[in-house]
Amino acid sequence: MDYQNLFTQTQVIGPENHGAPINPYDQRERTKGIGFNYLLGKLGNAQLGPIYLGRLGVASLIFGALAFFIIGFNMLAQVNWSPIQFARQLFWLSLDAPSPKYGLRLAPLSEGGWWNICGLFLTISILLWWMRTYRRAKALGMGTHVAWAFAAAIWLFLVLGLFRPVLMGSWSEAVPFGIFSHLDWTAALSIRYGNLFYNPFHMLSIFFLYGSVLLFGMHGATILAVGRYGGEREIEQIVDRGTASERAALFWRWTMGFNATMESIHRWAWWFAVLCPISGGIGILLTGTYVDNWYVWAMHHGMVPSYPVTNIVDPSIATPPFTPTMEGVK
Amino acid sequence: MKKIYLSLIVLLSSVMVLTGCERPAFQKAQNGFRGTAMVDIQNPRINADKAKLNEAPPSLGAASASGDKASKVYQNVKVLGNLSQAQFTTFMVSMTNWVAPTEGCAYCHNPANFAEDTKYTKIVSRRMIQMTQKINVDWKDHVQGTGVTCYTCHRGNNIPQNVWFKDNPQNATGTALGNRNGQNQAAESVGYSSLTYEPYSKYLLASNAARIQGKDGLPNGNKHSLQETEDVYGLMMHFSKSLGVNCTYCHNSRAFSDWSQSTPQRSQAWHGIQMVKDINNTYMNPLTGVFPPHRLGKEGDVAKANCLTCHQGVNKPLYGKSMIADYPFLAEGNPLTVVADKKVAAK
Repeated sequence: MDYQNLFTQTQVIGPENHGAPINPYDQRERTKGIGFNYLLGKLGNAQLGPIYLGRLGVASLIFGALAFFIIGFNMLAQVNWSPIQFARQLFWLSLDAPSPKYGLRLAPLSEGGWWNICGLFLTISILLWWMRTYRRAKALGMGTHVAWAFAAAIWLFLVLGLFRPVLMGSWSEAVPFGIFSHLDWTAALSIRYGNLFYNPFHMLSIFFLYGSVLLFGMHGATILAVGRYGGEREIEQIVDRGTASERAALFWRWTMGFNATMESIHRWAWWFAVLCPISGGIGILLTGTYVDNWYVWAMHHGMVPSYPVTNIVDPSIATPPFTPTMEGVK
Repeated sequence: MKKIYLSLIVLLSSVMVLTGCERPAFQKAQNGFRGTAMVDIQNPRINADKAKLNEAPPSLGAASASGDKASKVYQNVKVLGNLSQAQFTTFMVSMTNWVAPTEGCAYCHNPANFAEDTKYTKIVSRRMIQMTQKINVDWKDHVQGTGVTCYTCHRGNNIPQNVWFKDNPQNATGTALGNRNGQNQAAESVGYSSLTYEPYSKYLLASNAARIQGKDGLPNGNKHSLQETEDVYGLMMHFSKSLGVNCTYCHNSRAFSDWSQSTPQRSQAWHGIQMVKDINNTYMNPLTGVFPPHRLGKEGDVAKANCLTCHQGVNKPLYGKSMIADYPFLAEGNPLTVVADKKVAAK
């Protein structure tokens, strides 16, 4: 039961495993029921539970559910409370941030006020969930690496929805809650601020993103490849280097002359993963606050070569734009 | 058995994933410096569907300009009085074919007295002839020598198939829920994105420059918001859909606002925006009172033009075929001095 993986042909289901007892309070907060699921066993461990809910977890779920329902009911109202239209248009529907005229004030509910409230609840929920990951890791005597990796993602979330809008002086700069609308927001942010691809921190973020994928692919492949020698028992391999570890290391030395160790590969992966949102967040924070047009900024600093000009000039220099003088116009 | 289920799932999911795609092969034409991805991509199968719609009617040849003037032969000819009788009657027949092929002359005229101005359609078409002349004379920056006729927009319909009305504001005040912010609707006008789906009022009726990028690298007073950017983005989606082209037809997408990297088409499109503002403000809006209520939009506004009204999915309406040679008087005259119809002005 302890060493199942995707390629295990048979599924051995053992007795319920309640995990290490820590203290009476901790025992009380764990769910008592434990279930087994064959399909879960195909993906990971077949055992479901115990779940530790705790006060932080309950509070986080309450705030998260409030945010979720605020978004959901706003969307439902946009389709006149029709469940069928809600399902059909779900990807288009959105709870948008207030318009620029409200600055950093609380907007009227119909014009983004719900976005303000929802953003507050979602932020509280996420921060409580972070505390939960930190506290649970401490309770188990673990390091807090998961919590800090999560914090890196929260940093980007807060930059997008809180820090940057505050620095720009307007909630309208923040991301809407919606499937397509947040994608359109991403494209609009890049266009408004002169092409985000010319933002060096965006470049770094992409480097760490693709780097994470590469490292994950290399590491996952290596461990699976030496699974037949017990390679997935990584902790044992760290303490007592076995033949799986030796073969894996030799493979990479043969192919690229260098190998990460059983320990260091996880540091590589962890740092690549956390640096992706950290550098991305820095890039977003500088957008509009420090740089207004990344393309012009990058060309000014000689980042990329120029292309031959097409010699087209702005026609509004020679011809004044048509300005209506007749009635019926704003 | 398991394998059948698996292949069924794969088949179904590939259908789900690929339904939004267009089948290759595409025609590609480079229209910018190499390496900038400036390529015009066309789908021959979709173009085949557009071809019929954008076919120009066969030329009947120009009518003789000699003979008695229309103003002398007919009564109450206010705009085309300088035409010869032959030109005038030929044009009336053509107009009928272009605009009211099923209704015939009676769509605009009282069959008992053609000179009468009783039908609103006659008042409107007179103004539309003036508009056509104005476009051909004063908006050469956009229509070039090709020019436009009634057919460019109407294509055999009373009302051109692609016109726009103002959007009714959604719960702008009052209720606390349900405001879509003028966005977030699966609208064809913006290519089914969630962008501003009615950007026309702002850019094709009122005079607002569709420009949001700053010229300086560092912040220097450029206050355009992200929501304004989505308005412009929505308008650009409309351009793209209307002309059947992508962004790089006009822009080098690495610096959308930079004119020195743009194609000549972008300049022509800019003049097009100005032209459409002229059409909507000088010609369409003042006609609002002339139209019966069922021809007006939800907000009581008149039908207005945008890019799709003429272009109808291709970069050059009717694939650039000019019909002006048969109707030279549509590109003549001095429409600026043409007296506006008094009835229209009165209403």
